[in-house]
Amino acid sequence: MSITRTSAVPNSTGEPAVVRWLLTGIALTFIFLFLIIPVAAVFAEAFARGFAGYVKALKDPLAVSAIKLTLLTAGIAVPLNMLFGVAAAWAIAKFEFPGKNILVSLIDLPFAVSPVIAGLIFVLLYGTYGLLGPWLVKHDIKIIFAVPGIAIATIFVTFPFVARELIPLMQLQANDEEEAATTLGARGWQTFFRITLPNIKWGILYGVILCNARAMGEFGAVSVVSGHIRGQTNTMPLHIEILYNEYNFTAAFAVASLLLMLSLITITLKSLLERRIHQGRYSR
Amino acid sequence: MRVGIKKFSVLPGFGISMGFSALYLSLIVLIPLCTLFIATAGLSLGEFMQIVTSPRVVASFRLSFGASLIAALVNSVFGLLLAWVLERYSFPGRRILDGMVDIPFALPTAVAGIALTAVYAANGWIGRYLEVLGIKAAFSPLGVVIALTFIGLPFVVRTVQPVLKDLDFEIEEAAATLGADRWKTFSMVILPHLIPAVITGFALAFSRALGEYGSVVFISGNMPMKTEIVPLLIITRLEQYDTKGAAAIAAVMLAASFVLLLIINLLQWRSRYYHAVR
Repeated sequence: MSITRTSAVPNSTGEPAVVRWLLTGIALTFIFLFLIIPVAAVFAEAFARGFAGYVKALKDPLAVSAIKLTLLTAGIAVPLNMLFGVAAAWAIAKFEFPGKNILVSLIDLPFAVSPVIAGLIFVLLYGTYGLLGPWLVKHDIKIIFAVPGIAIATIFVTFPFVARELIPLMQLQANDEEEAATTLGARGWQTFFRITLPNIKWGILYGVILCNARAMGEFGAVSVVSGHIRGQTNTMPLHIEILYNEYNFTAAFAVASLLLMLSLITITLKSLLERRIHQGRYSR
Repeated sequence: MRVGIKKFSVLPGFGISMGFSALYLSLIVLIPLCTLFIATAGLSLGEFMQIVTSPRVVASFRLSFGASLIAALVNSVFGLLLAWVLERYSFPGRRILDGMVDIPFALPTAVAGIALTAVYAANGWIGRYLEVLGIKAAFSPLGVVIALTFIGLPFVVRTVQPVLKDLDFEIEEAAATLGADRWKTFSMVILPHLIPAVITGFALAFSRALGEYGSVVFISGNMPMKTEIVPLLIITRLEQYDTKGAAAIAAVMLAASFVLLLIINLLQWRSRYYHAVR
């Protein structure tokens, strides 16, 4: 193996081979210790009792119900945040109005909030002793320690993903094509579906994939609002925690391996899409 | 002349898209966040101070801030190194390695937590060697730092990489022709261009580490006064039905996050301005 400079670097400005080897060696060691070993450990632990043990852990009814709830949660949170992302990006990228920068900052807010606080605020709002608690109890509506609470906490933590990808993309594309379509007589939705959507579809997909990965993997926020009722309000990450705390390591890592594979697929698609979106930007 | 809050545009759909966005933002983010301050406002200043200055709370704040700071510093150094190696050198597997940097972004924190615990526990793949050296990694403050380093790893790499890519080789060549050796060129010509990106990445990693819960609770051991982070303490208070205590601690935490967010926004605005005028 040889470590060379990337082709773009001119010869006059480069480090001696020994420095290149040293720096690359340190970088690889760091990645090995912090990324590769933990990832390998998940698979090693998951298959510690062989393939049969792995399958058995995943076929457990509680694991199946956790998987179903995780899919349901992502199925609610991702489309809603996608809809919001497109609407917000349309308003922000296509129009000029005062307070735009503040709006963009507010959209990013959930990323700055600890997941635990994200869960807490919904307990303070919808919990039995929360602001709306008495009203909800009177009308027999259960949000906290139930599926709606899990869904809304997940929506909160994944809120910015699609919007923050689409806003810069649509700002870069400017309004020329849409304005041409409108002046030629296209109606609003026609313009959106025929002009805008084809331009932003990869950007939407990019945001959706990241949003989905976080929605399926969210732990802190969901942990606060779920109540950990087995078979009812346990998502996959919460199920992993319970199995792990019961010293049922093989089963915990088996469920974890599914989420690990999801995240590996996510980063693969992410880097493929990044190339596609960048090419699109340059060719336009 | 048309009078309205927005400038005139031929495009339709401002009302519906803006209305929906504002409503959704308010319902999901703004109003729920306000309840935290409403809940805290129910406390007198004395009560509030008593909660947030109790020894256990102070210890957890010290741990959360200290461990996040160390982790973000480690990530600044190694993130800069990783960005440099990934951007400047070519070796087999570089593209895959570059993609792998995103794993902490995509991996659910609970999975990261149990994986790191398995690896760094006394009988784990790495922990057993550290044990021989007399270092206890898991179930100690060091474990907290390890988990926070893991989840903050991509930030500095991803903020530095684009700056490094955009950097003109001409300035390095100029430095070389003027007689600077490579180290001098790096430290006096290249590094000053990268520092704003490193600081932004540091702030992002620090902010993320401060609120992190999932990856830490498994590896830390959660001993009060020793390895109990702030988010865990909030959950503990909530489980004891001490909603006010939880809200007060969370309000301090949230205020710290907002200050950090403001700093990050200023840094990013500054570096964008810097690039624009360059």
